[in-house]
Amino acid sequence: MKTLKTLKTLKTTKKFDTERVLLAVAAPVLAIVGALAITSVIIAATGRDPFHAYSVMINFGTTPESQVWIINKAIPYYLSAAAVAIGFRMHLFNIGVDGQYRMAAFFAAVVGGALTLPGIIQIPVILITAMLVGAVWAGIAGYLKTTRGVSEVISTIMLNSIGGLIIAYFLREGRLGEREGNLVHTPDLPASSHFFTIPTAVKPIWGTVVIAILVGIGYWFVINRTRFGFDLRAVGASETAAQASGVSVKRMVVTSMVLSGAVAGLVGMPTLLNESYNYGTDFPVGVGFTGIAIALLGRNHAVGMVLAALLWGFLERTGIRLEFEEFAQEIVGVMQGVIVLCVVIAYELVRRYGLKLQQRKVGEELAAATENNGRNGKGPSDTAEVSA
Amino acid sequence: MSTNLSALITRGLSSKNSGTSAGRESRFSYPVILLIIAGALIALSTLRVVTGATSITASTQYAAALSLAVPIGLAGLGGLWAERAGIINIGLEGMMMLGTFAAGWIGWQHGPWMAALAGVLGGALGGLVHAIATVTFGVDHIVSGVAINILALGTVQFLAKLWFGAEGSAASAAGGNDKQSPPMEDMPTLTVPLLADWLGRIEQQHWFFVSDAAGILRAGVNDVSWLTLVAVALFIGTFYILWRSPFGLRLRSCGESPLSAESLGVNVYTYKYYAVVISGAMAGLGGAFLAIGVHFYQDQMTGGRGYIGLATMIFGNWRPGGVALGAGLFGFTDALRLRGGGTTVHALLLLFAVLLIGIALWKLRKGHKRQALINSVIGGLLVVWYVTTETVPRELVAASPYLTTLLVLALFSQRLRVPKAIGKPYRRGQGK
Repeated sequence: MKTLKTLKTLKTTKKFDTERVLLAVAAPVLAIVGALAITSVIIAATGRDPFHAYSVMINFGTTPESQVWIINKAIPYYLSAAAVAIGFRMHLFNIGVDGQYRMAAFFAAVVGGALTLPGIIQIPVILITAMLVGAVWAGIAGYLKTTRGVSEVISTIMLNSIGGLIIAYFLREGRLGEREGNLVHTPDLPASSHFFTIPTAVKPIWGTVVIAILVGIGYWFVINRTRFGFDLRAVGASETAAQASGVSVKRMVVTSMVLSGAVAGLVGMPTLLNESYNYGTDFPVGVGFTGIAIALLGRNHAVGMVLAALLWGFLERTGIRLEFEEFAQEIVGVMQGVIVLCVVIAYELVRRYGLKLQQRKVGEELAAATENNGRNGKGPSDTAEVSA
Repeated sequence: MSTNLSALITRGLSSKNSGTSAGRESRFSYPVILLIIAGALIALSTLRVVTGATSITASTQYAAALSLAVPIGLAGLGGLWAERAGIINIGLEGMMMLGTFAAGWIGWQHGPWMAALAGVLGGALGGLVHAIATVTFGVDHIVSGVAINILALGTVQFLAKLWFGAEGSAASAAGGNDKQSPPMEDMPTLTVPLLADWLGRIEQQHWFFVSDAAGILRAGVNDVSWLTLVAVALFIGTFYILWRSPFGLRLRSCGESPLSAESLGVNVYTYKYYAVVISGAMAGLGGAFLAIGVHFYQDQMTGGRGYIGLATMIFGNWRPGGVALGAGLFGFTDALRLRGGGTTVHALLLLFAVLLIGIALWKLRKGHKRQALINSVIGGLLVVWYVTTETVPRELVAASPYLTTLLVLALFSQRLRVPKAIGKPYRRGQGK
């Protein structure tokens, strides 16, 4: 009898699993269809053929040169998304990744430019400096949240601006910068600190892709396979419940903020160690905000964010080409926005639909059970229990 | 800012706030408020005389501060409308962008007043998207707001290229390009005749206190954009609508306890929609103010003011008066930055030092030795800084509003009272 029951439950869970897979696939499909529909309408409204635009994008975006370009572009994006996702997983909004990454990249560039050690020592020194600076800059927000109750959204936004101004102060001739034409940048890193590259038939792929992969694996492992990750997800699911089961929410906030900042510190490294070799006034800004979009798009999932980062790189790469075909390159920005909005709405809809399905199923099962009970001559006393 | 306005603001701040925790009502009576204002004026006047930094009370400084405060204040007011109904609106930045764009687009064709209206509509559109996502679909508020900021930026850049930069179009002939709309006409300004000149003459005399007061007052009567007056009216109107009308009570109840509101027959969805659309409209007007101020839309001209507006709202304890004060502070420091206020900020260091030492003495009287020590040490360091330098770096001037916000929040965040149901998803009938 008992075995029968367990078999039954197994069966139902199995059936439920296929449903869950379907639901999991439904959300991205819904989002993609929605986003394509909306962007097509927008392009058509400007009097152009949307399908021509898509074919241009796909043709150009899949050339070998483009693929390498996209991968290199996706490295900092992915790191940035991972930094944001660490906070997101526990409903902590680290809007300050942008400031953390710039501060970290700047000071790492200063340290790297000042030292001339062999690469095997110097590169780790640069990386550790960057992680420390990022962690400290994010830690301020974490500290303010836990001790003074300041919303991390506001404090990180303020810290973004303050960080930008600190960099502006130091990045001057005679302070920590040197002039080159109309650019001011930190002293160049010695050749020993240049990160390796992976040669391909076209341009090389940056070796810092390894850092991104390691961070991705580390992120997945820590979140899904450690006690710390479990606590983090528990706090995200319900702060009060986590607190009640012995998780120190305050400590979790500070720790995850610091971790998020440390990863944010790495965001600037691909650019620094593989491309610019210094921090100048032309160092990219706004990567932290892109990271938020990519974390949302990849649903804070280690692999999902890889796809999202590649998609972002793909869109930016093909935008350049659209310009040659008489399309406005800025349509890419619209696409990015539409995609993010569609994704968040689609996931919410699917989640709610899934809940409804579950409720209906439970309801049916309960109804069947009560019917059985009724036949077995049990009174309606049970129904009161199950109707709750 | 005229005195009666600030009085109104402080009255708004201190009016019966239902449900402050632990009954910490700081209710100032009218004479006390006047005394505080007078005290602040005396402090500033003394500071001007001691340090010789005339900019501290110059009317030009306050006029610049006022015009810089308006967009931030409107964004903050927008945030207040949404958050009072329980919706976090981090999409203010995007809604402001839509406002600047719409104002630039309509402005060069139909003049500044239509531009302001267009800005309101553009922002309201952004608010509507946020409302659909958060209220109807139940998306996380911050997530939706971030998505709207991304979408607004993309949309605005795309349309600017299409409508201002298209080759051979009327817009590009009139001076538009991919990143800028063609210029529009001036917004008319208001100068109160006689009074403005008279205050100006008093200000020139540099009499202690009198000239300082005249200088600050003159900013409110000389060459003030009509749109600034509209913004002031919106602040006062917001206070009366939200705190003195049944509509406002229902709207705020949706932010405090939507279930109770629902049980009393309030359609929570509708009210949240109203709130978020109005919120977007306010932010849009703030954006329009920016565009009208420099006579055209420029790419990325909002520069994070939407986020700062959000900060002023928290800073101002979710009350219109507080938002106005916070925006005023931001405007003041922003004006310092633009007017090369190194010497002014340098002078203010002394004021902070004196204030900190004063707090230290007060703490010592109450027996908090540690806090007294910390305050006096920081105050002493500021004095040393003041004495040993002539001016402060430009970047510090620029960073002062952000630092001030962080400090104020770190010191007073315990006293802030956020709407209870903020950010919580609400579905109709969830209380059953």
